[in-house]
Amino acid sequence: MTPSANGAVHGHGGGLTFRASLTEAMDGLLRGDPRVLILGEDVLDPYGGAFKVTRGLSDRYPGRVLATPVSEAAIIGTATGLAIGGLRPIAEVMFGDFLLLAADELINHAAKFRAMYHEQVTVPLVVRAPAGGGRAYGPTHSQSLEKHFLGVPGLKVVAPTHLHDPGALLRAAVADPDPVLFVEHKLLYPLELRPSEQRGTPYPTATVRAGDGDPGVIIFAYGGGVRWCLPAMSRLAEAGVSSTLCLPSRIDRFEPWTWWDLAGRPPAAVLVEEGTAGHGWTAEVAAQLAEAGDAPSIRRVTGADDIIPAAGHLEDAMLPSAEAVVAAALALVR
Amino acid sequence: MQLVQSDEGLTVELYTQMATIRRVEETLQALFRQGRMRGTTHVSIGQEACAAGVVGALDRQRDFVFSTHRCHGHFLAWGGEPRALFAELFGRETGICGGLGGSQHLCWSGFFSNGIQAGMAPVAVGMALSRKAAGEGIGAAFLGDGTFGEGTLYESMNLAALWGAPLLFVVEDNGYAQSTPRRVQHAGRLSARPAAFGIETVVQDARDPVALRRLAEALILAVRSDCRPRCLYLHTYRLAAHSRSEDYRDPEEVQARRQRDPLPALRRRLPEDQADAIDREIARRVAEAVAAAESDPPAQPRGVPLPAATLPLAPLLPTGGERA
Repeated sequence: MTPSANGAVHGHGGGLTFRASLTEAMDGLLRGDPRVLILGEDVLDPYGGAFKVTRGLSDRYPGRVLATPVSEAAIIGTATGLAIGGLRPIAEVMFGDFLLLAADELINHAAKFRAMYHEQVTVPLVVRAPAGGGRAYGPTHSQSLEKHFLGVPGLKVVAPTHLHDPGALLRAAVADPDPVLFVEHKLLYPLELRPSEQRGTPYPTATVRAGDGDPGVIIFAYGGGVRWCLPAMSRLAEAGVSSTLCLPSRIDRFEPWTWWDLAGRPPAAVLVEEGTAGHGWTAEVAAQLAEAGDAPSIRRVTGADDIIPAAGHLEDAMLPSAEAVVAAALALVR
Repeated sequence: MQLVQSDEGLTVELYTQMATIRRVEETLQALFRQGRMRGTTHVSIGQEACAAGVVGALDRQRDFVFSTHRCHGHFLAWGGEPRALFAELFGRETGICGGLGGSQHLCWSGFFSNGIQAGMAPVAVGMALSRKAAGEGIGAAFLGDGTFGEGTLYESMNLAALWGAPLLFVVEDNGYAQSTPRRVQHAGRLSARPAAFGIETVVQDARDPVALRRLAEALILAVRSDCRPRCLYLHTYRLAAHSRSEDYRDPEEVQARRQRDPLPALRRRLPEDQADAIDREIARRVAEAVAAAESDPPAQPRGVPLPAATLPLAPLLPTGGERA
């Protein structure tokens, strides 16, 4: 690996970063499997992608890391053709916001083929998409649009965090016979991995516990939502409320009731999602908990139902926060 | 694949293919009219020369075809069985895609179609690149004049030319996108557009399938030899309505084009008794295919469970004599 200022392999604590875990995984995949190739905008060295996740790869694997024109539909469509043709493409969409330009290729093509063609083909395609806000990039470069790709038959949506093993998740996605939308929150890239207890395969759910005594609250979150949940859990513990954080890596299919049961059926559940309020992942989690019966009382913490402003302080105000998670939990348990 | 085929032999082959496509699609129209099929379909009646002329120039062992919503002719020319096509549209488990795809979503032995304009263009580019990586095989991707309204087509042509995808773009320009004439929706000359990406384009009137086959063979040989895309831009005409709706085109125009229908013109190049024999055999085969397909077992569900909430619930109100 080639450390760099923006793409440091190791964080300040010396551990492997979220970004480096992904880069190393792709390095290993390119080395070990001649069918693997990477395509996307600006992925070549020395630039190495807008978020530097492919840095070093094109120098090491010339001809297998392909810089594309600014053509998201063609990137995903061509990668789909490569996949049904027997290769293992990893396509990078520079910002998750740009997935909409390729939504037809993902939903009407890649995700459809296996079922629509009666299992005559598989589409082992991975689409990596840096997503989410927190960097003041404004309304079209900060969104968490993955909720629009949930509920698409044939499309898996995987959102790693630094509490998972992101590289292992990416390897699982490449080995998957079905298309996988792999959502990487931008703010997680520099974080050191902090592996936690994980269950399930090939896309495990990570859990973390904080505090003592009977479980007071379970927090369901995914991807970048983890950044508010961990500090919130510390504050809740200080306030005498123990909590369990549950972070599925595969977010399109997830059984929250099972995890609530495993956590000891805490009376309260806080559901966290960075995307806009309503009609999203947390709505699905809440509905599933309610349908299962014996449900905990529920609060959702989401982004506002609004565009993401460019001004940093306005963005901070409209996205979820650790404070909002704490407040939601305390409102439920007190 | 025969390298050299006599014009006589080729005429028989092409007539048989075109007449089969015509018979199958006229039968489909009748089956829909009779209410024996549900859903929709897009027939290529009048355009059969494009399918027969181009598809037969490919090598089924190593090549592939990407097709459009108007795909039956391409499928049959590729060697697909009429029975499997009928079964697919009848919703039978013996259908090409087990009844899941229907008229416009077919997949069989290197043949793929989908109902989204230009959506398959980049997929075809990717498939062509995968064949290039494997060291053999090229493809053909069918488009219509309406497809030129989609930006994805240009992204795909650009990548095909840039990365050297061994792909023949085949445009079937029938002058209409559904009900809208080409002149109402496109500026400039469509056939000039691929050249902007450095894609060599040959424009041809598609009424003579023998000449078209020779041209397609030459273009496919060129694509195969240098792994560069080409475009074959065909002027053709659809004699039937776009789908199952009414035909709003000028009846005089359609009638005039019917006089120039390529199928009877090709038939006149065969001895009458030979053409009659071919027609009888096709009619027999198609009737058998329909009968067999219609009596096949119905398509099976994919086994995906329904969500719990949609399962039958106990009645909310008491039933029987308890209610006032």
